[in-house]
Amino acid sequence: MDVLQLVVSGLANGCVYGLIALGFVLIYKATEAVNFAQGDFMMLGAFITVGLTNQAWLGLPFWLSVPLAVFIMGVFGYLLDLIVLRRMFGQSQIAVVILTIALGFVLRFVAGAIWGHETVSLESPIAGKELRFGGVVLGLDEVAVIVVTVLLTIILYFYFNRTKLGIAMQAASQNQLAAYYMGIPVKRVHSLIWALAGAVAAIAGVLFASKGTIDPSAGLLGIKAFAAAVIGGFGSLPGALLGGVIVGLIEPFASRYIAAGYSQIMPYLLLFLILVFRPHGILAQVHRKKV
Amino acid sequence: MRTVFKTSYDADINLFRDSVQAAWYLALLALALVLPLLLDVFMLGEVTNMLIWAVAGMGLMILVGQSGQASLGHAAFLAIGCYANVLLQERLGLPFIVSFPLAGLIAGFAGVLLAIPTARLHGIYLAIATLAIAILTDDVIVLAEPLTGGVTGLVTPTINIFGLEIDRYVTPDRFYWLVLAVVVLTVLAYRNLLRAPLGRAFAAVRDSEVSAQAMGVNVPRTKATAFGISTAITGLAGALMGHFAGVFNNETFSIIISIQLLLMIVIGGLGSIHGAFFGAIVVALLPQAIALSRDFVGGLFGTGSMAMPGLDSAVFGAILILFILFEPMGIYGRWVKIRTYFELFPFYRRDMFRRQKSYLKTERLR
Amino acid sequence: MSLLEIDNVTLRFGGVVAVNKVSFSVEEGEVFALVGPNGAGKSTLFNLVSRIYDPVEGDIRFDGKSILDKAPHEMARLGIARTFQNIELFEQATVLQNLLVGRHRHRKSNFVNELLFSPFVRGEERRHRDAVEKVIDFLDLQAYRDKYIAGLPYGVRKVVEMGRALAIEPRLLLLDEPASGLSVEETQDVAFWVEDIKTQMGITVLMVEHDMHLVSAVSDRVLALADGKALALGTAQEVQNHPKVIEAYIGVSDPHQKVVT
Repeated sequence: MDVLQLVVSGLANGCVYGLIALGFVLIYKATEAVNFAQGDFMMLGAFITVGLTNQAWLGLPFWLSVPLAVFIMGVFGYLLDLIVLRRMFGQSQIAVVILTIALGFVLRFVAGAIWGHETVSLESPIAGKELRFGGVVLGLDEVAVIVVTVLLTIILYFYFNRTKLGIAMQAASQNQLAAYYMGIPVKRVHSLIWALAGAVAAIAGVLFASKGTIDPSAGLLGIKAFAAAVIGGFGSLPGALLGGVIVGLIEPFASRYIAAGYSQIMPYLLLFLILVFRPHGILAQVHRKKV
Repeated sequence: MRTVFKTSYDADINLFRDSVQAAWYLALLALALVLPLLLDVFMLGEVTNMLIWAVAGMGLMILVGQSGQASLGHAAFLAIGCYANVLLQERLGLPFIVSFPLAGLIAGFAGVLLAIPTARLHGIYLAIATLAIAILTDDVIVLAEPLTGGVTGLVTPTINIFGLEIDRYVTPDRFYWLVLAVVVLTVLAYRNLLRAPLGRAFAAVRDSEVSAQAMGVNVPRTKATAFGISTAITGLAGALMGHFAGVFNNETFSIIISIQLLLMIVIGGLGSIHGAFFGAIVVALLPQAIALSRDFVGGLFGTGSMAMPGLDSAVFGAILILFILFEPMGIYGRWVKIRTYFELFPFYRRDMFRRQKSYLKTERLR
Repeated sequence: MSLLEIDNVTLRFGGVVAVNKVSFSVEEGEVFALVGPNGAGKSTLFNLVSRIYDPVEGDIRFDGKSILDKAPHEMARLGIARTFQNIELFEQATVLQNLLVGRHRHRKSNFVNELLFSPFVRGEERRHRDAVEKVIDFLDLQAYRDKYIAGLPYGVRKVVEMGRALAIEPRLLLLDEPASGLSVEETQDVAFWVEDIKTQMGITVLMVEHDMHLVSAVSDRVLALADGKALALGTAQEVQNHPKVIEAYIGVSDPHQKVVT
């Protein structure tokens, strides 16, 4: 019975990783940039929601502040691309990685300066509630996390494969210049993608903060989510979720069945093995360069 | 502008372009040698710290700047070098003069071991793999407590070279000279590498693997060599860091240090020895500069100086963002531009170093 | 014995047959050209000879010995040099450094004495430099010696790439479209160089080229390919007038016109 609870809490954790990983993949798929600050986006999204909802701050109703936070993070993502990342057009991938790592440092500091460095929890209506199915007790927050994540992944998957803007985003990622010639506003598409990644990060942040606590260094979770994205196959949306779930499930089981210290190691060990034996992840989409 | 007339191939092979350049560097070396007589103990410590970072920076620079492989995991090799050096002294009773080079060799060997399975990985994937290694090393240090002391850490012994005692606190000037010697040797090796076939093979692998291969360069082996040399130097820097810190544990070499090291050489300017030093100056002196300015601002508003966690890395990050946006070649790039401006005065043009923008074309074929 | 023998080689990518049972041999001291429409499998053949691809069937022999058990980087040591269709130079290095990389197969020092820069390494460096200077003189690259590739015009890059391949001192030189994107004058230079490479340096040349003027001017024998199959082998004139070759370029009646690009 407690194995099931272990699975559910692992799944819930995994979904948060998956959502952050989804942000990585969204940006990578569309712009081939890697946003190392995605974890810090999540942290920022969570803190904005905390600032809007919690009684100590603005005290707005939860269902109003969540869309507001998602919107704010979307605008933040859009502006970030407009002001900073657009200048990186045509520079190497690693330069963008380094830029976003530095951005993460700055965001962590800003969040700490505004909301302090102590952990806070989000006063959300789903926190601490329980669902009972017969003898099984599940946290409402954990179930909500799983449901929201699955829904979001499905929506995004169809968005990329069915809608005009989604396909334009794919085209822009394959060849910027060709897409530009075809009349796709590549720059705006990129900004929209960053907005989307910001919004997804905000949702991940809300879910993360309502099933636990949040502090400015929570963004470092992004590294684990990054591992998840790679394990699943960078550039594949379902892969991101899959990778997140794998990492989420591995952790509690490793600490349960091996030793407590190993729960930290397992995701990265798996990441390393995947990179060595199947460099482009479980759901691979990358092929070799042609001469 | 001085023009050097080359009369033999040796002009391109020699360490220095001409005697004038050689004189400048000798003067710099002489200044470095007498520095302990000019600075107080605190500042000498800061300069020593800076030089150690410069060694680590050169180690990473060989990998990133020369052979084009990004590593976010070099803290792991700092740690390996540091722990190996101390454990060899404490457990096996080896003298520093043996344990120190051995620590470098061990770190280099570990780097080669890492390079073998990751030879197929490029760019961001390699960065992630090395990141994973850094995190794993951190955890392994904690788990291997009987050997490493876990989170409590280890204490570095006093260095003893043929009866000469060197300690960072007791004899800071001797420790400085020891570090300086390592720095000079590293710079020499780095320069030699650049003018030898191996350095060109590194550049070939960096710029086009497929044509490096066609030129007869064994790409996986060259990458592994780059990893080995880079991590060996980094290991030496790690050993020095341990002696500088006095006490160290897994936190001393956390993933943040890895990231900071990479950011440092980017700020300094990728692909040049100067860059490693410029970057090290920023990393080592920035906290002091921030502390000073904070006191100043605090005094201005009468609030006193208050601690702001994360301010150092935030300022560091902000500087880095500005550099990547406006001077991707780093401090060294800016330095070259300023020098050219004066050399060519008044003929310098703004677009002289303008780079061509390239549009991104994916290597994904899906 | 032929220098290079392509023996019944087949290569498939998924369902596409890129090279279909192609056989030909290149004799020592000749200039051998591969022609054919886009997608005929010419560059694929080059990549097979450089060991970037493994054939699914057939054998490739150089100097009588199969090269299929060799790694791609061992080709240079055997004496096979190549250029690339889309120029693959080392962008962040100077022309001189690019050419010196071509000397890598003559490297005798190991990394330890290179890090110490022993007198032996210095002597080797002088020797390499001397060999490279000969190539620079041959290709008239003196003005660009210390220039970075990243700032060079297209035509010069093409020449540098050829020079880098020559620095290997190969026995067989593979030129992948040496004249594509070049002006008429530059193409003329290439024709002279190929001629000199053959007669003065004694290097065998295998080239892929669309420019039939260049092909007829320099090549001893020509092989026409289409859809991965060999169509006709002979002199440039014979191949151009071959009915199968004419058929391969559908829609154009005049055989001379259609092959010229």
